[in-house]
Amino acid sequence: MTLLRWFGRKTFSHGVHPQAHKEDTADKPIRRLPFAPRMIVPLAQHLGKPSRATVKVGQEVVRGQPIAEADGFMSVPQHAPATGVVEAIRLMPSAQGPRVPAIVIRVYEASNQEVLWRTPRDMNALTPEQIIQAVQDTGLVGLGGAAFPSHVKLKVPSGAVIDTLIVNGCECEPYLTTDHRVMLEQGPDLIRGTQYAMRVVGARQAIIGVEDNKPDAIAAIRRHLPADGSIRVEAVETKYPQGAEKMLITSLLGREVPSGGLPAQIGVVVNNVGTLTALGRLLPRGEGLIERVITVAGPGVKKPGNYLVPIGTPLRFVLNHVGFSGSEQEVILGGPMMGNAVASLDVPITKGSSGVLVLSNSEIQAETRRIHPCIKCGKCVAACPMHLNPTQLGLLAAKREYDVMAERFHLKDCIECGCCSFVCPSSIPLVQYFRIAKSILRERAA
Amino acid sequence: MNKPQQPHIELRTSPHVKAAPTVEQIMRNVVYALLPIAAFAVWQFGISALALILVVTGSCLATEYAFSRSAGRGNTLSDWSAAITGLLLALTLPPGFPLWMGAVAGFIAIALGKTLFGGLGYNVFNPALVGRAFVQAAFPVAITTWTPAGLPGRFVEFIPTTLALPFMTPPAVGEWSKQQVDSFSGATPLAQWKFEGVITSTSDLFTGMVAGSAGETSALLILLCGIYLAARRMMDWRIPSAVLLGAFVTALVFHLLNDQHYPTPLFVLFSGGLMLGALFMASDMVASPVTPWGVWIYGLFIGVLTVIIRYFGGLSEGVMYAILLGNALSPLIEHITQPRIYGARKSGAKS
Repeated sequence: MTLLRWFGRKTFSHGVHPQAHKEDTADKPIRRLPFAPRMIVPLAQHLGKPSRATVKVGQEVVRGQPIAEADGFMSVPQHAPATGVVEAIRLMPSAQGPRVPAIVIRVYEASNQEVLWRTPRDMNALTPEQIIQAVQDTGLVGLGGAAFPSHVKLKVPSGAVIDTLIVNGCECEPYLTTDHRVMLEQGPDLIRGTQYAMRVVGARQAIIGVEDNKPDAIAAIRRHLPADGSIRVEAVETKYPQGAEKMLITSLLGREVPSGGLPAQIGVVVNNVGTLTALGRLLPRGEGLIERVITVAGPGVKKPGNYLVPIGTPLRFVLNHVGFSGSEQEVILGGPMMGNAVASLDVPITKGSSGVLVLSNSEIQAETRRIHPCIKCGKCVAACPMHLNPTQLGLLAAKREYDVMAERFHLKDCIECGCCSFVCPSSIPLVQYFRIAKSILRERAA
Repeated sequence: MNKPQQPHIELRTSPHVKAAPTVEQIMRNVVYALLPIAAFAVWQFGISALALILVVTGSCLATEYAFSRSAGRGNTLSDWSAAITGLLLALTLPPGFPLWMGAVAGFIAIALGKTLFGGLGYNVFNPALVGRAFVQAAFPVAITTWTPAGLPGRFVEFIPTTLALPFMTPPAVGEWSKQQVDSFSGATPLAQWKFEGVITSTSDLFTGMVAGSAGETSALLILLCGIYLAARRMMDWRIPSAVLLGAFVTALVFHLLNDQHYPTPLFVLFSGGLMLGALFMASDMVASPVTPWGVWIYGLFIGVLTVIIRYFGGLSEGVMYAILLGNALSPLIEHITQPRIYGARKSGAKS
């Protein structure tokens, strides 16, 4: 790692280089999709406790109106993505598999869908605590995919001193270009959001880390940087998972987040560019998060691009509008490295959905390969950005030695990036083994 | 609203994309890399070498097929690993090795060296070397009977030992060889050095026009084939590098201490089975460590040990035992070289 940094290219050690596949959508400006006739707003779109519905079936809602409130600090409210009437509050399919409670809204076709529900604020008058409350009120979560409530991330643990805010503009997943477009098109919002976040966490500098395959985004942001030099943009090597929080911190600052610890312990807070751009736009206007940019791409999509869609739009509606040949076989919410394949097209776009990918037969065939025993080639060891030993972990998982995996081979440090499975010539589903092992250990501990 | 037709939706877990190569591709490329070496062996030693390669490889494939079928593992020939074992094993045997002994070696390699442990991925030792170690012990004369390279009649006539009947002592090859060439020397360069004090020129060793096991004579060709594999990322280049480095440095130390008694490091690198062992057997993924430091320690250990056995053991050759010992130590080496995980060292340094 140190060696690589001496050679001047900002990066972390290990990782993989999947084919980027970004050429279909990177140059397509963000466009708005029409409103679906029915929106599905799950109450649990974030890590932490699901929110509590505050509307009743049959009640009219106005676009932007809060329809569910936060249930505690690790929770955010939900807002109506469209003007219409609450048709039902019931279990609906989710990307993760199990059905989850959701508010279903029948959208008024005649409405102009203007956002009327806003309470503008003078940001300069707010204290950091008030800003954190305001962030929670927007219902904002990490838009990069993890959907961690943003206000929780901005709340610095007592005793920690933050010197640097890192803004994650890497977007290292193949196909996805939402952050890329946001950086190109919404620079002023991004800078404003970054400044709010710096104020809240008390950072004196912010570094926007962008993978070096997006020189146009780097140039675009540079035009909006404040003159005081407090925010700068730095190119990092194009490599997966450069956008993983810990990897990006190491690439930009050379610091390592202690095992089991938080970035705040080494003076860093990381936020995604999409999240901070939303923050920069929503906070001063006092609006809730009701729409987001998604990349719709893959060989099965006729009009790939970046689309602004209301949260709650069913996948079926999105795919209908971009043209979808229907013969393709795998629909993924998120990127191909960490996203979820969905079982039903009734699954809605949620706050954490960064993309919809439709993969074709040929890609699936490339993935459905014969599973061989581990030949100990060591490719996974060389790929793991956390420097774990997936070979050993995989052998232990097959023997169900979950405790040994955790105690001696650092299972809990696995960030589930999938690099090990990606490179495995035996096609062993390593990362899946590790997810299962982790969830079993969590259940045992509970 | 016109509904799109409901596609047949596949459900898989991430990652939804994969990187080449597959196990089959890796193994197939190792076979490709071994084919030029096998072809050179045939050109040097004639139809005896060809027959040996075919019989040993055939024996390995047949054994693999029989055992994997009876174990209910299905047909495992398609992963190409048994073919590699067969080719490698044949290349480490003397070109005139009796064919029936070659068939036994192939059977032992797969049965004892591989399927006994559970098949591909589970073998502790390199199967080809298990086979060779067995016949080294069982047939000590046949495995040290060498013939010169490039005999005039090699494409029309078998070396007499080749066609020895099962359980019969193979005929002595010395008289036969004398009829073929004026000055007969069947000894390998290593044996000539060790037992007669004769040093073969480095350039002869490098190009391979010397006596020796079927596929170990041309250092140049083996090196080129290995580089092909490493460049295609089908082989861990660090292991052969470490083996050759370990052997070179050890040989250099001895040569500097006493240049009358000990040959030059280049002689050590290019003679005997070291090149083939370093590039194609020590680098066997299954029986070598996976940790970043482990591969270096493992390789250096094999390199150093090879030279020590050659200099101080009763045999002229040492790479086979060095690799087998390296295989045996591999789990231990891996155990003590577990990588330091990201974030393990308290990196509170806010500098």
